[in-house]
Amino acid sequence: MRLRTVIPLFAFMLLAVLLAVGLRLNPREVPSPLIDKLAPGFILPTLYKQSANISPADMKGKVWLLNVWASWCGACRAEHSVLNRFVKDHQVEVVGLNYKDGSREAKQWLKKLGNPYAKVAVDREGLVGIDWGVYGVPETFVIDQQGVIRYKNIGPVKQQDIDETIMPLIVQLQQGNVS
Amino acid sequence: MKRWLATCLLILCSLHAEAAIEVYQFEQPEHEKLYTQMISELRCLVCQNQNLSASNSALARDLRKQTYEMVIRGQAEAQIVDYMVKRYGDFVLYRPPVKFSTALLWFGPFILLFLGIALLIATLRKRKESTNKPLSDSQHKRVSELLDSGD
Repeated sequence: MRLRTVIPLFAFMLLAVLLAVGLRLNPREVPSPLIDKLAPGFILPTLYKQSANISPADMKGKVWLLNVWASWCGACRAEHSVLNRFVKDHQVEVVGLNYKDGSREAKQWLKKLGNPYAKVAVDREGLVGIDWGVYGVPETFVIDQQGVIRYKNIGPVKQQDIDETIMPLIVQLQQGNVS
Repeated sequence: MKRWLATCLLILCSLHAEAAIEVYQFEQPEHEKLYTQMISELRCLVCQNQNLSASNSALARDLRKQTYEMVIRGQAEAQIVDYMVKRYGDFVLYRPPVKFSTALLWFGPFILLFLGIALLIATLRKRKESTNKPLSDSQHKRVSELLDSGD
């Protein structure tokens, strides 16, 4: 008799916990299969020099960020000031991947809002974006010295993300403490 | 006649809604079939409850193009699925593979169904038992007491 009264209560609590967890998850954040895998290679022209190429191989030996952005992307605007501050505060190179954008619009955008990027690669067709599993601009990847993707931030990077997740990870990677 | 015409019109409307935005040419019917199958089984990551064929997002368009090019090059279904999963994970598949992390997804409904049936059988049995059981002597006594106590 005692058990019969407890079972519905228990079932209810289980359901409540499941729903509470479900509500906290962000369905837009699909875990990337590329984490802890070698970053996909590419050779792309840069925004300011059509003849110059850029490839992830150039960044070997450094911990760096790849930030996927476009001038048509509203959330990138919100993120931009955070990135500007980030490169001012930290000695970490950020490479921009200008995704399915026009060169003129991209240049105007950087002129107006400031340019945090060490280099900007131009992915006009979005094919490199597909290789990197990009589905929602902006996206930001943390890549280690060996060229392995260690972290992916989907959506605009917030100052909180930098302070609590990205920077601690970068420091750890730079010290070589991550297996 | 009027009703017939209206039906035809409605069918045409719904066909239009299902059609992908761009038209691709196929020289081999198997390629076309594979392409149609692939874009209906791959999920669009931007509008997550739509497949590639139903979504109008830029990414869906790019992935349809990618699928088309792979199909034309003669790649098999497994290769295309592998290509997509490597980039976007199992989430792109409307039919995810059966493995440990998807076990609950695949077998959960059957477990629930089984539990439901078991519960139903148990309840029905119990009810039958309780209705068929004859009254005990003390219960008989109580019944006659109650009946007598009235006017």
